[in-house]
Amino acid sequence: MSERMNSAWSPSSREIQRRGERARISRRQAAIAAVSTTVVLGTLLIILVTSPGWEIVKETFFDIDYGREVFPTVIAGLWINLQLTFIGGFCIGVIALGLALLRTTKSPALTPFRFLATAYVDIFRGAPLILIILLVGFGVPALRLKGISSNVIFLGTVAVVLTYSAYVAEVIRSGILSIHPSQRAAARSLGLTSGQTMRYVVLPQAIRRVVPPLLNDFVSLLKDTGLVSILGVTDAVRAAQINASRTFNYTPYVVAAILFLLITIPMTRYTDRAMRQRTSAQNSEGAI
Amino acid sequence: MSNVLELVNIRKSFGLELVLNNLNLSVPEHTATVLIGASGSGKSTLLRCINLLESIDDGQIFLDGEEISDPLINVDEVRRKLGMVFQSFNLFPHKTVLENITLAPIKVQGKNKDEATTAALALLKRFDLADKADQYPDRLSGGQQQRVAIIRSLALNPRLLLLDEITSALDPVLVNEVLSIVRDLKSDGMTMVLATHEMGFATQVADEVCFLESGNILERGSAQEVLHAPKNPKTQEFLKRVHQAGRL
Repeated sequence: MSERMNSAWSPSSREIQRRGERARISRRQAAIAAVSTTVVLGTLLIILVTSPGWEIVKETFFDIDYGREVFPTVIAGLWINLQLTFIGGFCIGVIALGLALLRTTKSPALTPFRFLATAYVDIFRGAPLILIILLVGFGVPALRLKGISSNVIFLGTVAVVLTYSAYVAEVIRSGILSIHPSQRAAARSLGLTSGQTMRYVVLPQAIRRVVPPLLNDFVSLLKDTGLVSILGVTDAVRAAQINASRTFNYTPYVVAAILFLLITIPMTRYTDRAMRQRTSAQNSEGAI
Repeated sequence: MSNVLELVNIRKSFGLELVLNNLNLSVPEHTATVLIGASGSGKSTLLRCINLLESIDDGQIFLDGEEISDPLINVDEVRRKLGMVFQSFNLFPHKTVLENITLAPIKVQGKNKDEATTAALALLKRFDLADKADQYPDRLSGGQQQRVAIIRSLALNPRLLLLDEITSALDPVLVNEVLSIVRDLKSDGMTMVLATHEMGFATQVADEVCFLESGNILERGSAQEVLHAPKNPKTQEFLKRVHQAGRL
């Protein structure tokens, strides 16, 4: 594809006029957006500040000095959440991929496993995460099995991994099913076995297609690690809770929320961008 | 002359619809058999049955004398000997042109990467696509994509090449660059079965032309006989319609 030379061109007077018009329109739109934003946000702020309980809310939720004081303990707790997210995320990826492959295989030898994988997904996708955390966190130690740790961080992670593996397996499976059968036909007619077709042709395309929803699940995972605090794990939520119940000042909760947001908002923005790119790539795929 | 492919009494239905009905066909080595017929006459299904992408309801398929319609046969081994090119190209969009071509030689034939790459580059060069080796398929025109798809099949040195309406998805200007590859292959002595709507092209390459109508071969013979002096009224009717569409 040779680019044509573009140097000898200068815009016509009509084009210059059009550019002026376009610039005027976009200036006007920017002005409208600014006024609208100021009015809406200003109104909300006024409602908040003039509400009868504002002074008390300010003291108990937005005490900056107290926030500074509890910051180190809350951020130490957040470190637990992050560790849980990354270690858990890795385990979830491996287990979910296995489950998705089991559920899409047609191999007769794997029939019982396919059945088990389906049952697993049904159970853990259907039950609330908080119940799974409670059942694993308090149920497993009660079994007094040898060699199974009764460490609450470990058990909390197991519960989160159990639930999220079911969600993520379904996302990956939907990606596998979205690959057009003609891709499989082309691979098989080249003599690739069904396993090789999955490994080299279907799965790479499927994973690429589900990256945005997987990133979405990753953000949810980070937030949901906060639920392991109910087992007594001193994560960011629990650390905030301890401080808040000691002083009856709820600023630690706000600190924890802000810290979570500082991580999740950039991740969500990134996910949105990946999603947009995915959509435009799909639209240009055409005959493929 | 030995027959590369032998179809005996092939029957295939999808549900209640009978697609292939007692069909017989022999394809001798180094010949091109062209299947013509209206859409839905069973051309594509026939090719997919030969490639074992569809299973037949009755009859037998022999490749070099070996019955490949035996359910105990290793289908992957059979497909290694058969090249198949599809109407919609079906290149792998996540792989470059070169990776598309070398995937099967490396993974199926067990060639090492350098060997497979050298062979693939030689093929690309032969068909004027050497500069596209590292491009992804979506950067290529339809004609280029289909040429790459043909090369991908050739890289396995197939015993028999199956071409399923390979120019139907292309705009008329691009058709010829694809068909000229097939002409080259024909003069190399490649054994082929192809379904096409390009009657002029059929005349050039066909050793035998078969007119399919509701799952059976109604008329067969040389291109001269079937395309220019058809005896069966249904063949005459079909060719008249093709003629009106400006494809002869």
